[in-house]
Amino acid sequence: MAGFIIRRLIQSVFVMLAVSLLAFALFRFVGDPVAVMVGQETSIEDQDRLREQLGLNDPVITQYTRFVANLVRGEFGFSFRTRQPIGEMILQRMPATLELGFVSLMISLFVGIPAGIYTALRNDGVLANSILIVTLIGVSIPTFVIGIFLIYIFGVQLGWLPTFGRGDVVEIGWWKTNFLTLGGLRALILPALTLGVYQLTLTMRLVRSEMQDVMNTDFIKFAIARGIDYRTVHYRHALRNSMVPVVTIIGLQFGGIIAFSIVTESVFQWPGMGLLFLDSIRYVDIPVMSVYLVIIALIFVVINLVVDILYFVIDPRVRLKPEGG
Amino acid sequence: MGSLLNVSDLTVRFPTRFGEFTAIEGINLSLEPGEIHGLVGESGAGKSTIGAAIIGLIQAPGYIAQGRVELHGKDLRALTQAEYHKLRGAKISMIFQDPQTSLNPLLTIEDQLVETIRQHSDVSYNEARKQSISLLKETGIQDAAARMDEYPHQFSGGMRQRVVIALALCTNPDLIIADEPTTALDVAIQKQILALIRQLARDRGVGFVLITHDIGVIAEITDSVSVLRGGKLMEEGATQQVLGAPDHDYTKALMAAVPRLDEKLERFANIMSEAPTLSTPELAWRVQGASDQFASDWLLRGERPDAHDGPVLSVRNLDVTFYSSRPFSWGKKNGFTALDNISLDVQPGQVLGVIGESGSGKSTLAKAIVGLLRPTAGEILFNGSPLPLGRDRARAHPVRRKIQMVFQDPYSSLNNRRKIEDIIGEPIRFFGLADSAAQRRRIVASVLELVEMPQRAMLKFPHQFSGGQRQRIAVARALVARPEFLICDEPTSALDVSIQAQILNLLKDLQARFGLSILFISHNLAVVRQMSDHVVVLKRGQLVESSAAESFFANPTHDYSKLLLNDTPSLELIAS
Amino acid sequence: MLAYWRRIKIENEMLYLFLNNRVAQVAAVIAILSVFGALFAPIIAPTDPYDLASFDILDSFLPPAWVDQGDPRFLIGTDDQGRDLLSSIMYGTRLSLLVGLSSVAFAAVLGTSLGLAAGYIGGRFDAAVMRIADVQLSLPAILTALLVDGVARGILPREQHEDLLLVVLTVAIGLSLWVNFARTARASTFVERNKEYVQAAEIMGLHPVRIMAVAILPNILGPLMVIGTIDLAVAILLEATLSFLGVGVPPNQPSLGTLIRIGTEYIFSGEWWIVIFPSMTLIIMIVSVNILGDFFRTVLNPRLR
Repeated sequence: MAGFIIRRLIQSVFVMLAVSLLAFALFRFVGDPVAVMVGQETSIEDQDRLREQLGLNDPVITQYTRFVANLVRGEFGFSFRTRQPIGEMILQRMPATLELGFVSLMISLFVGIPAGIYTALRNDGVLANSILIVTLIGVSIPTFVIGIFLIYIFGVQLGWLPTFGRGDVVEIGWWKTNFLTLGGLRALILPALTLGVYQLTLTMRLVRSEMQDVMNTDFIKFAIARGIDYRTVHYRHALRNSMVPVVTIIGLQFGGIIAFSIVTESVFQWPGMGLLFLDSIRYVDIPVMSVYLVIIALIFVVINLVVDILYFVIDPRVRLKPEGG
Repeated sequence: MGSLLNVSDLTVRFPTRFGEFTAIEGINLSLEPGEIHGLVGESGAGKSTIGAAIIGLIQAPGYIAQGRVELHGKDLRALTQAEYHKLRGAKISMIFQDPQTSLNPLLTIEDQLVETIRQHSDVSYNEARKQSISLLKETGIQDAAARMDEYPHQFSGGMRQRVVIALALCTNPDLIIADEPTTALDVAIQKQILALIRQLARDRGVGFVLITHDIGVIAEITDSVSVLRGGKLMEEGATQQVLGAPDHDYTKALMAAVPRLDEKLERFANIMSEAPTLSTPELAWRVQGASDQFASDWLLRGERPDAHDGPVLSVRNLDVTFYSSRPFSWGKKNGFTALDNISLDVQPGQVLGVIGESGSGKSTLAKAIVGLLRPTAGEILFNGSPLPLGRDRARAHPVRRKIQMVFQDPYSSLNNRRKIEDIIGEPIRFFGLADSAAQRRRIVASVLELVEMPQRAMLKFPHQFSGGQRQRIAVARALVARPEFLICDEPTSALDVSIQAQILNLLKDLQARFGLSILFISHNLAVVRQMSDHVVVLKRGQLVESSAAESFFANPTHDYSKLLLNDTPSLELIAS
Repeated sequence: MLAYWRRIKIENEMLYLFLNNRVAQVAAVIAILSVFGALFAPIIAPTDPYDLASFDILDSFLPPAWVDQGDPRFLIGTDDQGRDLLSSIMYGTRLSLLVGLSSVAFAAVLGTSLGLAAGYIGGRFDAAVMRIADVQLSLPAILTALLVDGVARGILPREQHEDLLLVVLTVAIGLSLWVNFARTARASTFVERNKEYVQAAEIMGLHPVRIMAVAILPNILGPLMVIGTIDLAVAILLEATLSFLGVGVPPNQPSLGTLIRIGTEYIFSGEWWIVIFPSMTLIIMIVSVNILGDFFRTVLNPRLR
């Protein structure tokens, strides 16, 4: 087991290095950092002096190692646009995105998985078919359209829920949370729904397809032939066996949530990391872009690692070596 | 009338887009407690459908159109789904072919056994556990208590099938349906499992319906047998009677097609010929000037091998070891030795049979000879000159034409997306054996006729043909390059017995006509006996015996060879 | 002829399933209509929304023709600049389809060749391709697309910006989708590679490229077609999202996403048609493509029926 974890850790480090290389290339070679930082009136000599100060004339390798060292230390540099330290900007906005993502993930899992099981086991019937149709449409509606429609119905026509910003937040240390007030919770609902619906349909379709595959295997047929009651067959045998690949995908899902939160945050003006990234693209704020890249990659690598370890724990075939006789 | 199971006039149909398909029709079967009844037939005969019908698990949208199934006199068709399900396990159970996929990989053996026992009887966990242990011992798993909390993948194939049988038994059913229970196992293990089944029938009085395509298995343990073809019952009765002195023509032809272990025949005689599936106008279609004779002449015309005394193919001290390629493994590399110091010779015009079970290295040997992999040591000589091995063999090397291969799986040896004409024509084009496209067509059509296929087949695609027909096409493709040496790697293992006999006859005829030297690989000793002049035996990568075929089969010297011969279920048991 | 049709209706599996599936037929019809509408938009659209001279700001915010205050000249109303919404939608669909199809084509060619080669050649090449794919998979499609877009904006000089935007967009979306094709091609190639007809070709001494192109490729097209359709839906979705966010198509050539963005700003003031019609068009288009993708998937995998 230890060997497995160490191997995966080493792989993760490699991936992070690759990503940081990309981020560094982005940072250093796209556009001219100095030209963006200073005004047009600054003389060439001043610009050169600035270049020297920033260490931009050193050999590339040195710059790269410095870059990585800074990253590890948590020094992310400054934004071109706002001049704020990037680390601070990210910390300010991370709770917003994480809370939003968490609630969406919960929606996706708690509705998606049961729906997937239900439609896998019942091949016909009004409810099963309607769920299937709804999910087909759900997969086809872009996140922002869902958001807009929700705003239109609940915000404009019915006026029940807030459609703009985070609403009431409570500060705990540096973390601002929506969870502790009713107003905060209400502000979360529409964005979380928007983000969650798409993920939900993906989860449901995946669980359904995996379970259908499992139901066709020999060991299920054998269990039925032995007279095991259908309920046990469905849940103890079929569901458990379909969970193995589902676990992986749920891990990836969290990634999708982080990604699509960009869109949701844009629609609802939710002040999270996604909005930050979007602005950085619009204004070509390279340092923010490259740091965001590294942070997201880190999140994904960690998620992948956790998923792999989970795989290891759940599936005895991975854990134990086959023996003879 | 059987007191345990009684099936009368059973008919099962499947609606398909081509119309209603009748899987089985008018089947009668009766079984007493403790009796083992075999259902034998070739693929598509409907044997599995009968088993599924008895246990009530016919694959949707199939349905029972008519007939009765009675267990202990009770009509099973009158039961509701729920009542039927209660019967499963308690009275009727079923085991399948592949032990690997029959067990839930995520649960321990203990979990699966205890769950099954407690499903049907009201006992405590510990009591169930005790019962499981004694069951595992009964099915031959020593140290059962220790192995209970292992997972299925930690058992070998034979052991797994014992676990499967234990699982089927733990509910004390009166009837067990065994669908090809030993087909996926090696010969020695098969013998043990069959012995286990016979012992269980005797000691516990459990009735077995044993479904198989292997007549040897039928001969070995069944008391009575039903012969099926195309969903209909051809003949049934006591095994001794049906196999020893068959009544029905089909049974007779089937028995004639089974390769005999006790003597070598010139050809398989009195077997069925494959009914042509193409209608007469198609049979009449021909390419200008193409004929069987033309092919024969053309094949004989090619480059004659340089006169050379001595073997056509010589393998000297061949070693093949595979190393696991882990990117981050440090230290000693694990090696798996597939072939260890193998030496053999094939004389011109002779057939060398290579006998080996799974894992013996026989396929590795074939791949090394044709250049698909590179041996770690040793050499291969063709007509006296050493061959470049593996990657060293240039793509344009002449030996690539002179050595050809016929593969095992007719369903994967032909490219499904190409026409037969292109498949057979490719070697001609590649090796430059024809002067023009027209001549190429002529050769393709003629060679098809040579392998007893209609010429029009060249316009069709592989999926339009049966397994046996595809294998003929594969032989045609191998022949058309005018090879001097042919390797046949389990060429008939995937075919039904009667088709196998036809293909083996074809190979014999072609070999005699063209004087081909053949390396014939198979795990089936009877087939090897029918085809070979000389025989070698491979065991786990080592060559344990090499001798002339007749003396080998009469009197093998090595222990392993004796074991193999002994364990092969054979028809001698029905000596009349 | 009729007899041939009758026979092939039953024998050809895909055709049979298609003829019995009302939903798939409807989806196919919609898809074909969209393609035609898109192709012939310059001919059949009432106006050309890209032509600055063809619209007048005084015509802005007109509701659909069947509502009072509507103008029969503009069947479903006008936007904030006075452009005819119907024409904008047609041209927008055209643009969305153009970008969607080209990016999928790009991704397909790139991904399939790399995946096929990786699966066939194996060894270090395979490991290298998979590492790159893994790294890229750490980033979801939309992030990759945004990144490429952002980088391109940073690199390209201002003047060439506008012209190249579409190309940048296509490449951005294509680069985020190639991995799907590569993985599927690789997995299928692994399966085919061990089949005996491939071994037969290798024994004969055929050139590896010929083996990959002529022998293996036709046999792996099935799953690739499924991926292609599903990814087309994703590509259209991505383009709409990027345009909605303002980093997609150039502002003077609105696609459906841009139209929706414009419409969002007026949602509270009651000009509902500017957002509803483009949204519905987009949804219907993506749903049709997804239905077709599902159809191909069930054709390929009989157990799902």
